[in-house]
Amino acid sequence: MNIEVRNIEKRYGSFTALGDVSHVFESGKLSALLGPSGSGKTTLLRIIAGLENADQGQVLFGCEDASHRHARYRGVGFVFQHYALFRHMTVFENIAFGLRVKARSQRPSRSEIRKKVERLLKLVQLDWLGGRMPSELPGGQRQRVALARALAVEPRLLLLDEPFGALDANVRSELRQWLRRLHDEIHVTSIFVTHDVEEALEVSDQVVVMNAGKIEQSGSPDEVYDHPASPFVYRFLGHANIFQVAGGSSLYVRPHDFDVFGEHFPGAIAAQVLGCRSVGAIGRIDLQPNNGGDPLQVETDKNSMRSMQVVEGKTLYIRPRASKQYTAAAEI
Amino acid sequence: MFRFPSCRRKVIPGFGLSLGFTLFYLGLIVIIPLAATFLKSAELDWSEFRATVGSPRVMASYRLSFGASLAAALVNGVFGFLTAWVLVRYSFPGRRIVDALVDLPFALPTAVAGIALTTIYAETGWMGQWMKEVGIKAAFSPLGIMIALIFVGLPFVVRTIQPVLEDLDAELEEVAASLGASRFKTITKVVFPSVFPALITGIALAFARGVGEYGSVVFISGNMPMKTEITPLLIITKLEQYDTAGATAIAVVMLVISFVLLLLINLLQAGYAGRRA
Amino acid sequence: MIRSHPELRRSVQDPAWVRGGAIALVLLFLGLVLFMPLIAVFREALRKGADAYWAALRNPETLDAVRLTLLAALLAVIFNAVFGLMASWAIAKFRFPGRHILISLIDLPFAVSPVVSGLVYVLLFGAQGVLGPWLQAHGFRIIFAVPGIVLATVFVTFPFIARELIPLMEAQGTDEEESAVVLGANGWQTFWRVTLPNIKWGLLYGIILCNARAMGEFGAVSVVSGHIRGQTTTVPLQVEMLYNEYNFVAAFAVASMLAILALITLVLKSVVEWCAKRKGMVAG
Repeated sequence: MNIEVRNIEKRYGSFTALGDVSHVFESGKLSALLGPSGSGKTTLLRIIAGLENADQGQVLFGCEDASHRHARYRGVGFVFQHYALFRHMTVFENIAFGLRVKARSQRPSRSEIRKKVERLLKLVQLDWLGGRMPSELPGGQRQRVALARALAVEPRLLLLDEPFGALDANVRSELRQWLRRLHDEIHVTSIFVTHDVEEALEVSDQVVVMNAGKIEQSGSPDEVYDHPASPFVYRFLGHANIFQVAGGSSLYVRPHDFDVFGEHFPGAIAAQVLGCRSVGAIGRIDLQPNNGGDPLQVETDKNSMRSMQVVEGKTLYIRPRASKQYTAAAEI
Repeated sequence: MFRFPSCRRKVIPGFGLSLGFTLFYLGLIVIIPLAATFLKSAELDWSEFRATVGSPRVMASYRLSFGASLAAALVNGVFGFLTAWVLVRYSFPGRRIVDALVDLPFALPTAVAGIALTTIYAETGWMGQWMKEVGIKAAFSPLGIMIALIFVGLPFVVRTIQPVLEDLDAELEEVAASLGASRFKTITKVVFPSVFPALITGIALAFARGVGEYGSVVFISGNMPMKTEITPLLIITKLEQYDTAGATAIAVVMLVISFVLLLLINLLQAGYAGRRA
Repeated sequence: MIRSHPELRRSVQDPAWVRGGAIALVLLFLGLVLFMPLIAVFREALRKGADAYWAALRNPETLDAVRLTLLAALLAVIFNAVFGLMASWAIAKFRFPGRHILISLIDLPFAVSPVVSGLVYVLLFGAQGVLGPWLQAHGFRIIFAVPGIVLATVFVTFPFIARELIPLMEAQGTDEEESAVVLGANGWQTFWRVTLPNIKWGLLYGIILCNARAMGEFGAVSVVSGHIRGQTTTVPLQVEMLYNEYNFVAAFAVASMLAILALITLVLKSVVEWCAKRKGMVAG
């Protein structure tokens, strides 16, 4: 079932949180809403869930207009940024909650609930923790409990608000791969909000980049990264070196899209080293072009940085390998 | 995440019901009766009103109520600070029990405190005997009123200062000490200024409570017009003499004073809460 | 508000004589101000032995007073608990204009002298009051009767429970309630299964404080009661009447019941504080 938002608008006083946003989230895909703070991504997620009402526009679940359907009846699973686990219930009771509050005619029997919760606990690999209280669990496990709780009601759509935002770096990357595998297993249409570019590119099938209440671009991670539709997307996805070119337009180059030479090379420009350091296997060099442009950041591998004997003050020659040109109008 | 506080939370039900009930109940129990009092006072003739609230007996009761409350609040300021300090900073056997006992004046009915204090400070009582020998009359004098108000006001001061002292950054004191400040200087220049707004708030709360206090005072005060008659008692006296107009006039003055005090205390609290955050 | 008890802070320690002196001074002060009155109540109550003590407690008028006090306190707790839950739900879970004014208005009864609290009802419902003539014509009696006592008690204990619950609910936010709704819970299910269990310690704490004040209220009740023996006399008023009749043993015997109640209140309060801390359900 596709999830579609159509011409969604949302204002808080004079502030426009979302301005005419339309997008189709494809069935069975894992989509990322990516953008900086205040770009409206969480608001959009909450509107899809029914936790917030749009001032205008529609939310469609398949062909059905769900805009006026109460959050309670939308059949979505929502994982909150800080998990929002019921703090006075055990892990088991948390997961069973959605089943227990069903109307009597639809409520599964006790043993069915037990079976289902146990199956979900196994799915999120926490089957031995059913009796614990949420406060006894580390963040990563709470996150998985929240996910199991959301899945218990067999949602048509799974929504996750900054699912890894509150976790340590190493737990984050582990959980992120686990979510990807889980999604491949259950295939429920999912949307998650993140401000972390790496996270969006690594986990999702589709990336929707948002800025200032608008969708800047959407597409597969490769499409978005390789062909940023706007200077904003380009800059947001990574460091950009900007060259002014004739005709008022600009050339954007990623730090890793330069060839770096120790000696003069045809077509390469000369630049003086302002500083250099290695980050893991990468060598990062700050350069000041001799023609007087803005300072540049260039990345190469550590070995070639070493073999070129890069030190402060040395002159290097660089040549863009790939670039993207934007007109001045697009940059505003 | 950037999000405006208003306009969200529409999903959670019960806003109309809960706010409606709150306003209804607040209106019924608090607002309408208080408004009725002001309405009733508007029926009074202005010159009569002024004559009532400015009569020598009433003025004497203001002086006594305010004077004794202020004195008691200041005593509580000193000992309340010390009590909070000792409870937060020092460990000694029974600290938890002493800490719990500080709330006794909140829990003990004022009438009980009143008759107990009267017994202790009467000329035959434990303290009264001893005080009589050095020529101090405690019960049935302004001093007795002050003692009763010290009792009821103490927890206000301690409980206002305590959380501020607990929150006070220990590093602040360590830094001061490491910079060579003496312990005395550290306390007067670092600790005391941080606690001062809370101390003033606590004293103001104790004072406000003291001005309106009745139960604990009425037994120990002796209730002599012009000498040991507090304002709340005067209201009751007027009422018992079927002088409703007089009682209303004095009550309105007290209401206005307590609202002003409440406002001041709220401003004080907002001030130091802002600074703490 | 429920207080947590952080561990002692001992990073910069004062010399032993300062500590010892300060502790001794505080204990002396608290002993004089707090402990001595408490002891005095029991000593005076038992001055003429246990028989006189029990006789005073078994007096029918005293028992009537106990009944009335229990009734007034029960009603005050129920009304103010329902109000506290409603008010804290509206104030903590929603944002609306005038919210801060509402919070201040709830605190209003704390600022009013107990005597004035009683008087406002006399001025509203009494013979000379705004509604007095109408009530009299229709045969309703509020002042110098049980309804007046209940009203005055409700007024003076009005903010106790709301004040505990508002900051607590505010600190807990709305995520759990939103979670429950998305999972399909209706309003009642959300309140009973999610919100109420989270605030139960704060609610209990507020009820304990409200109850203690309701049972002990003197000034406000004194104004509206009329001191009719066996009918409109609460326990504190009974203490006053016995005391003013120079029946000191009986007065202190009845007072000792209230003192025991106060001690029980303090113990319960500490237990609830401890439980709330253990469960991590303290505001702030």
